[in-house]
Amino acid sequence: MSDPRDRQYDRLPEGRRAGELTVRELLRFAWRQITSMRTALVLLLLLALAAVPGSIVPQEGVDALAASRWRDDHPRLAPVYETLGLFDVYGSVWFSAIYLLLMISLVGCIVPRTIVYWRAMRAQPPRAPRNLSRLPDATAYRTDESAEQVLARAREVLGRRHRVRAAGDGDAADDGAVSAERGYLREAGNLVFHLSVVVVLVGFATGGLFGYKGGVIVVEGEPFGNTPQYYDDLVPGRLFSPDQLDPFTFTVDDFEVTWLTEGRGAGQARGFSADVRYREEPGAEEQTYDLRVNHPLTIGGTDLFLIGHGYAPVITIRDGTGELVYDGPTVFLPEDQSLRSFGVVKAASAEPQEIGLQGLLFPTFAMTEEGDPVNLFGQAVNPLLSLSVYAGDLGMDDGGAQSVYELDLDGLEQVTDEDGKNVRLDLRPGESAELPNGLGTVTFEGLEDWQRIQISQTPGKLVALGGVVAALVGLLGSLFIRPRRVWVRAREDGDGTLVEVAALDRSGGGDIAPVLADLVAELRGQEPPETKRDGTS
Amino acid sequence: MTDAAWETLSNQAVAVCGVVYFLALISHLVQWTALRKLPVDAEVGTEVPVAVGAGAPVVQDVSEREPDVERRTALFGRLGLLLTIIAAAVHLVALVGRGMAADPNRVPWGNMYEFTLSGTFVVAAGYLLLQRRFGLAWMAPIVVALVVVLLMVDVVWLYDPVSPLSEALSSPWLVIHVVSAVIATGAFTLGGICSVLYLLKDRRPARSTGYLARVPEPATLDRISYRMHAFGFPVWTFAVLITGPIWAHQAWSSYWSWDPKEVWAFITWVVYAAYLHARATAGWKGRNAAMLALLGLATLWFNFIGINFFSTTSQHSYAAPAVVQVVPQDVPVGATGAGPASAGELGQPLG
Ligand code: HEM
Repeated sequence: MSDPRDRQYDRLPEGRRAGELTVRELLRFAWRQITSMRTALVLLLLLALAAVPGSIVPQEGVDALAASRWRDDHPRLAPVYETLGLFDVYGSVWFSAIYLLLMISLVGCIVPRTIVYWRAMRAQPPRAPRNLSRLPDATAYRTDESAEQVLARAREVLGRRHRVRAAGDGDAADDGAVSAERGYLREAGNLVFHLSVVVVLVGFATGGLFGYKGGVIVVEGEPFGNTPQYYDDLVPGRLFSPDQLDPFTFTVDDFEVTWLTEGRGAGQARGFSADVRYREEPGAEEQTYDLRVNHPLTIGGTDLFLIGHGYAPVITIRDGTGELVYDGPTVFLPEDQSLRSFGVVKAASAEPQEIGLQGLLFPTFAMTEEGDPVNLFGQAVNPLLSLSVYAGDLGMDDGGAQSVYELDLDGLEQVTDEDGKNVRLDLRPGESAELPNGLGTVTFEGLEDWQRIQISQTPGKLVALGGVVAALVGLLGSLFIRPRRVWVRAREDGDGTLVEVAALDRSGGGDIAPVLADLVAELRGQEPPETKRDGTS
Repeated sequence: MTDAAWETLSNQAVAVCGVVYFLALISHLVQWTALRKLPVDAEVGTEVPVAVGAGAPVVQDVSEREPDVERRTALFGRLGLLLTIIAAAVHLVALVGRGMAADPNRVPWGNMYEFTLSGTFVVAAGYLLLQRRFGLAWMAPIVVALVVVLLMVDVVWLYDPVSPLSEALSSPWLVIHVVSAVIATGAFTLGGICSVLYLLKDRRPARSTGYLARVPEPATLDRISYRMHAFGFPVWTFAVLITGPIWAHQAWSSYWSWDPKEVWAFITWVVYAAYLHARATAGWKGRNAAMLALLGLATLWFNFIGINFFSTTSQHSYAAPAVVQVVPQDVPVGATGAGPASAGELGQPLG
């Protein structure tokens, strides 16, 4: 089916030379270009092409860490890429321009088509062409029945699955023919599909603009309140406002995980499950939920997902004066699948000197034959904490934000023993170590679990989902309904009645021959022939 | 049977079906080499039609002229089909064995090896199911050759021992999502084969001997190709834009996150949408549309195989689970220099 807008407009008003355009005509011309099928095609290909860089250059929104590493590795390219928006392709001006143009084109395309469709729906099927035998798919037979009988049967047969043109409107051209049409829903499907694409986009954009996504690491038993301060990271949409945050609180009471000790999956963990206690708002009744992978918890419009876990060794530090200067679970970040984790402890109030510790946690510690430390397993079977000690200025007073997962080594000096060797504390749960130079003592009290909870609001997600489902339904109609026009004409001549039957497939490429054969058989009152439908149409 | 026994059975079945497919290929090659000697208007009395529909070559009875050739090609054609059926059955055994070997039992698509095993099975089974209805006998050598090659690649480069699915993969959405993705991949692949032949045939329409001469007319190829794509496109839409996001939402908290695998699934979708548009646009019909179909196929297979090797950031990792960031975004990391952030995540869906 060719699009009416693809027609060329080659007639010019009088008194002007070709090539001259008024502003109105120019706009009209532009609109026609934009809403042509060809433009839609080119824009679709452009969209596909424009999506490619986002899968090659690390994206800020997908993997911020990879993006910042890439920047560090390519100091000269990075600013160029930055200007081009290559670290945020799907939010960039040029990407947005392409899909917005596509949407404009889409709307410009479907609105006129809907009007045309509306009219076609209410119109009668068109009259039979004068010469049916000229159509590509036509056939004819002779019968002894009267033309009237044949036509009446044709009306009945076709009427079952077609819309039939009303009879006897006194029009001579209609004389002796039945016109029928079916498959109107194809175009409806096509319109629904395209309209739904817009709906999906609206739903998707709503999520991007008004939603947010954040994450927090919570240690068992420590409460979380849904305000920005509690988040480790929070990526808001452009139109997000903090009062959208649902006022819930939650605490993870217990975390369970099963470690596979044998079989192919040995070393892997299974069955993560966190017992969560939560209140939808302050003062509301307390509820519980078993938070697991693939089983998010929904509180109001917010979804909570369990996406990571690790260990938080409980460490206490007493300084040189015997004062308790650090106490509590410290989140260590896993470095590999077996949860060998890295972490940092900062005791900023320690006297005489501030104390910093950094090092590794081995959940199941062992020595290789070469004497290197290794971690065998993610479960805490034989935990060992191995820390280096720093003293000096932690740099925490100058007000700047500092990572809790990193020591600022500028003002610090690594602590050494009498032989000048770096001090290394290797502690098992319950063990303490004395720091040299009267700095104090460090105790490894035990291990707690932490969970990383992803918290997000995605408004419009049901709109988007509804849109795709509608699009799919429309698509099925658009692809598999075959619109068809059928005509039967009967004319009595000297020796009986000549019946001409013709059909036209309007979806292009339909195989009409078997349809015609069936129809003729029915008109003649026979069993339909056993036509083999090879379906190659 | 023990899990190990199931796994052995599966491995052996893969080997056996590979060999049987190969024999089927040889058989079809013999058939078609014999056919080369006949001009194309000589219909050969095989049970399977050589071509159908509007594009069917003119049929003449040649059994008197070339009785030997006729008998031979008929025999090898039938043998090839029979071998393909046997091979596909063994292929199915290999898949079932793979699923039974895992503990707990599961669907056999936990990694690329298994996905390829399933994908090739769908291509073979799709061909077998459709070959009568659509008269696809001419496609036999190509389909069988493709399956043999992919299976070889699979066994040599992609093999992975059976292992349990990671937690995020144990979701009913996995089954629906991957089944539909595999089916769409099979349909697009069969459609792509038609498009390649369309392009080849369109260039030299007037040949009267050889393989191409026995392939249906370009118009018929184009129609079959369109049918395959028209079937594949909604299934792909369902897999990539409905079940994929639903599952991603449950497992990763974000229904669409522009992960490379998602990006390429989207690109594939857009290219095939462009293909469907091209077929309806004057000037883009035919050759251009066929090329778009092949572009779509290229993006599809690149997404499946390529992305796993070229992109390190995809969460849809089949190999070692990807590393997930657990560090606040505005904070510098890497105190050890090794980039400590992460791991400990709970496993990723694939797709
Ligand atoms: C996001 C953008 C678009 C997508 C994903 C898309 C997708 C599709 C698909 C899959 C079809 C095939 C259905 C069929 O064959 O009946 C189709 C058909 C069609 N599209 Fe689009 N389309 C988009 C934009 C547009 C635009 C901008 C226009 C108008 C200029 C347009 C006009 C049409 C028309 C007229 C058909 C029907 C062709 C026929 O009659 O067979 N589409 N579209």
